[in-house]
Amino acid sequence: MHITDILVTGEPIIYGAMVSMALVGIALLFLLTYFKKWGWLWREWLTTVDHKKIGVMYILSALLMLFRGGVDAMMMRVQLAFPDLGFLNSQHYNEIFTTHGTIMIIFMAMPFLIGLMNIIVPLQIGARDFAFPYLNALSFWSFFFGMALFNISFVIGGSPEAGWTSYTPLSGAAMSPGPGQNFYLMGLQLSGIGTLATGINLMVTILKMRAPGMKLFHMPIFTWSTLVTCFIIVFAFPILTVALALLTIDRIFGAQFFTLTGEGLPMMWANLFWMWGHPEVYIVILPAFGIFSEIIATFAKKRLFGYHAMVWSMIIIALLSFLVWVHHFFTMGAGAFVNSVFSISTMLIAVPTGVKIFNWLATLYKSKIEFTVPMLWSLAFIPSFILGGVTGVMLGMAAADYQFHNSYFLIAHFHYVLIAGTVFACFAGLVFWYPKMFGHKMNERLGKWAFWLFFFGFHVCFFPQYFLGLDGMPRRLFITNVVEWLPLNVISTVGAFGMGLGFIVFVYNVYYSFRYSERETTGDSWNGNGRTLEWATTTPVPYYNFATVPYVDEIDPYVRMKEEGKTTYEESKVKPIHMPSYTGQPFIMMAFLGLASFGLVFEWMYVAVFGLLGGIIMMIRRSFDYDDGYYVPVDEIKRTEKKARGL
Amino acid sequence: MAAEELKTGPLEYRTQEGQMGIMGFWIFLGAEVVLFSTLFATYAVLFGRTADAPLPSELFEPGIVLVMTFLLLTSSFTCGLAIHEMRRGSVKGLTIWMAITLALGLGFLGFEIFEFVHYAHEGATIQSSAFWSSFFILAGTHGLHVTLGIGWAILLLIQIKQRGLTNVTSRKFFIISLYWHFLDVIWIFIFTSVYLIGMVI
Amino acid sequence: MKAKHLRNRWLGLLPLGLILFLSGCGQLEMTVLDPKGPVAESQYDLIVYSLWFMLGIIVVVFVLFAYMIIKYRENRPGRKESDYDPNLHGNTAIEVVWTVIPFIIVILLSIPTVTTLFDLEKPPEPGAGEEAKDPLVVYATSADWKWFFSYPEQDIETVNYLHIPTDRPIEFRLTSADSMSALWIPALGGQKYNMAGMMTKLYLQADEAGTYDGRNSNFNGEGFAEQTFKVHAESEEDFQTWVEETQNEAPQLTAERYDELLQPGITDKEAFSNTHLEYVQHHTKEDAGYVVERYREQFKDQLHLYEIDKQESFQ
Repeated sequence: MHITDILVTGEPIIYGAMVSMALVGIALLFLLTYFKKWGWLWREWLTTVDHKKIGVMYILSALLMLFRGGVDAMMMRVQLAFPDLGFLNSQHYNEIFTTHGTIMIIFMAMPFLIGLMNIIVPLQIGARDFAFPYLNALSFWSFFFGMALFNISFVIGGSPEAGWTSYTPLSGAAMSPGPGQNFYLMGLQLSGIGTLATGINLMVTILKMRAPGMKLFHMPIFTWSTLVTCFIIVFAFPILTVALALLTIDRIFGAQFFTLTGEGLPMMWANLFWMWGHPEVYIVILPAFGIFSEIIATFAKKRLFGYHAMVWSMIIIALLSFLVWVHHFFTMGAGAFVNSVFSISTMLIAVPTGVKIFNWLATLYKSKIEFTVPMLWSLAFIPSFILGGVTGVMLGMAAADYQFHNSYFLIAHFHYVLIAGTVFACFAGLVFWYPKMFGHKMNERLGKWAFWLFFFGFHVCFFPQYFLGLDGMPRRLFITNVVEWLPLNVISTVGAFGMGLGFIVFVYNVYYSFRYSERETTGDSWNGNGRTLEWATTTPVPYYNFATVPYVDEIDPYVRMKEEGKTTYEESKVKPIHMPSYTGQPFIMMAFLGLASFGLVFEWMYVAVFGLLGGIIMMIRRSFDYDDGYYVPVDEIKRTEKKARGL
Repeated sequence: MAAEELKTGPLEYRTQEGQMGIMGFWIFLGAEVVLFSTLFATYAVLFGRTADAPLPSELFEPGIVLVMTFLLLTSSFTCGLAIHEMRRGSVKGLTIWMAITLALGLGFLGFEIFEFVHYAHEGATIQSSAFWSSFFILAGTHGLHVTLGIGWAILLLIQIKQRGLTNVTSRKFFIISLYWHFLDVIWIFIFTSVYLIGMVI
Repeated sequence: MKAKHLRNRWLGLLPLGLILFLSGCGQLEMTVLDPKGPVAESQYDLIVYSLWFMLGIIVVVFVLFAYMIIKYRENRPGRKESDYDPNLHGNTAIEVVWTVIPFIIVILLSIPTVTTLFDLEKPPEPGAGEEAKDPLVVYATSADWKWFFSYPEQDIETVNYLHIPTDRPIEFRLTSADSMSALWIPALGGQKYNMAGMMTKLYLQADEAGTYDGRNSNFNGEGFAEQTFKVHAESEEDFQTWVEETQNEAPQLTAERYDELLQPGITDKEAFSNTHLEYVQHHTKEDAGYVVERYREQFKDQLHLYEIDKQESFQ
């Protein structure tokens, strides 16, 4: 095989991307070598099993992916607003919307939220780490290599171009030859394994490692949302694993699951995909609900209204999420009865969701609202999400959906729920817990600029798309060739650039705050308004989290702790703390499996077998690994705590 | 975390790590149930879509499948005996019964490979039709699980030789016994809903 | 000062939303909201019906939201001691109310949804005083990236354009020769999927004569944007004239010519005086792979599509 068969050639934009990637890569290598940071990188990050550091790596990767997916979005918007420019051709546009969708859902939204869960959930429940820290590192590296594999596709081999839903038969070997679609399958498969492992890991952590006295109904709402999300992950992700595996076997080994030959059944893919895909939507929205609940209660300076109703509505949403998948293809001709059933089950989700909205509003009642940046994101969520929610109900009405389906109405709807829900929550949660992670807050003034730019940009971008849909503009159309559609598309593009600007300000704020923000001296960073245990730790959080774990028997334990003058450090009770050792095994194991996946993408079986063998050898090594971690001595704990608490 | 250790009860449950490991594995088995359910569902949906390939009723034979079922069910029983010996503190009993379990498992695998090769000779391969794809992937995924289980158990047998019964080794054996019983349950479903129904229709 | 600033920004949202809304409505001829037949009409009615509920929900939530953030902001001048109750955490009565009301709304939305769904599976009812006409059967077959419309009763076939009589139900029998697509004529009603190895049925009807835009709305690869067609709705007499003309003047569709047309790619409009149904039945299991088996190699070729024809306005 010749090198030009592998590298993507002939596209100036991709040459540009290659050059910039190479330059950034060389710069990184140079900086690491120049500042002698290779050892630091390996010891502190690549081998870490500390949930806080893994969480930070998740969030950094997710921000990088938000950038990549965002650039994809900008390119699409430019193409649609200036159809005469000839900026992108059809095939290139198809690649871009495919990678945009896949990256934003799988490699941006989920890892961002999982990153926040990683950092915050153990702190909220008074745990010292995950139940299985080694597995946690494994999860991260499987996500990371899956992400890397998916992303190299645009310079090596070509990107997938069958949409993020990858419907068969289009995505089968016959109609999508070449490695592009394999990148999609293997990238998702590899990272999906990690997600499933994280789901199990967090579930056990939450069920078995809570602070003494903390019953399930004493848990902070974000932890609850994580538990419910993990339940969905555990029961939904195996379906994706199977679906991806079957399509891979179809494409690489010639099976006939989704083919048009051999009596295969292409429409089975749509069913399998959405049996995972719809719960997946709730995997990215429930944690967002949890984050908003925490932030709204904190800055309303008031207990969350209807805690039990909030929890039960999440549980009901989780259960219903498995019973609505057909609404993604009402138009498949399943008949009036089937469509009616799924129509009603879909609309029923609006009830628990509505309950949550009203609970947030009631939390604001008789409160003292402080408009910090995280609170702005959370407040903006309520009216914005309502606009997405009501159109969701409209889409759920199957008879009307025949007109909305595959149109920009649908695009507007799911961007309204996913951006106003998930993305706002990611920003809100990151800013809110930023001081816990990095020891300083993000600048409020720049944060507000980022918020308002992104917020207005978002509405300007997506509100017009409802009308484009009603005017018959289909999704995934690479060119605006109907004159009537052009004005609204131009408005939409202006909004998209507003969002891009907001993102740039946000990223600049990371740098600015690193340079100029005041360093935190107290753990309770938001003017002493913290309500849950994560604010009871010092900042920066010591690697063992809690010197002594408090007894908890209520919902907002830190409020009372502060009233009674208690802390998470009772010198008389300090005992040696057991901690897991750092290890490079997860990184190496997943690097091997990543290599195996890469081999499968190009159907180079020797590479695949080699990678798989390497992975198996690493697993055997793990089985013989009886490293039981180490104990942090009492003296060291006392020293650390005295320094952190300024005693 | 590992500091507190109970003084009574089964070894594998005495530390919090042990308890968490077992709970985590139960949840993992929950995910496995979903995985196999999905495969059963695809099989059911694609049932009858044999195209030009032979029909299952022409190929499935009761004899070999009954032998396989007998081997695997017995292995589940001997696996139970192995854990019983472990609870009694007998490394020797555990090792012997586990080895028998593995031998039975290997026998099952041998028959399955023989069966697959036979079908392939008769013109039913993973590529011949949607039905046969789903059959081979369903039965093959189960077979792959059995293979992995055998490899895993061999590693554990080496470890028990090296270290004897501890909280950790007993946890590992307890977990693999859960896995083994689970595979048995899956096989019962494959036996009834794939082979028995396939022979009749 | 700061708070006032903020409130103004929040209120600033209102005109923004209105401007956008009006600029959207200003076009008025938004296709879905300007139905040209009974099917689109019933869907339009359902959309408008639901829209009232949605607007109601939006107004309630926005008003409550504005009230809360204005009245309970921390530094509002003249805050009273009684405006803060940090331990207020539930009220069963009101929680029951806001659970039951959405539930009722769901029921109110479900009823017309379900009845419309069942109605859409049948040919549209004739208007008052009109007699029911038998539906005109049209096989709509999609292939990458073109449309074949076969009229078995008239024994004619068109490629990439469609003639239908007004005031008569059309029974589309949808199938595909290769990838999954969806037949959508927004002015006449909602879409359904075309799938190889399957047949789906879609009833549509035009009440007004005119030319409407139709397309494949389900992404199916590189030529997706080009897979559009015009629908010419005309009176029964005009339609019959057109049918006779086509029967007399259009060439025969040979099996070879049909195979040629099936190759992945883009073709022009064409008409034939027989149908492809006598050669291939794409909706059967046996013929589902007809195109894929023949043209596997051609799917590797790229169209390098940079632009497509400008469509006339949707009307």
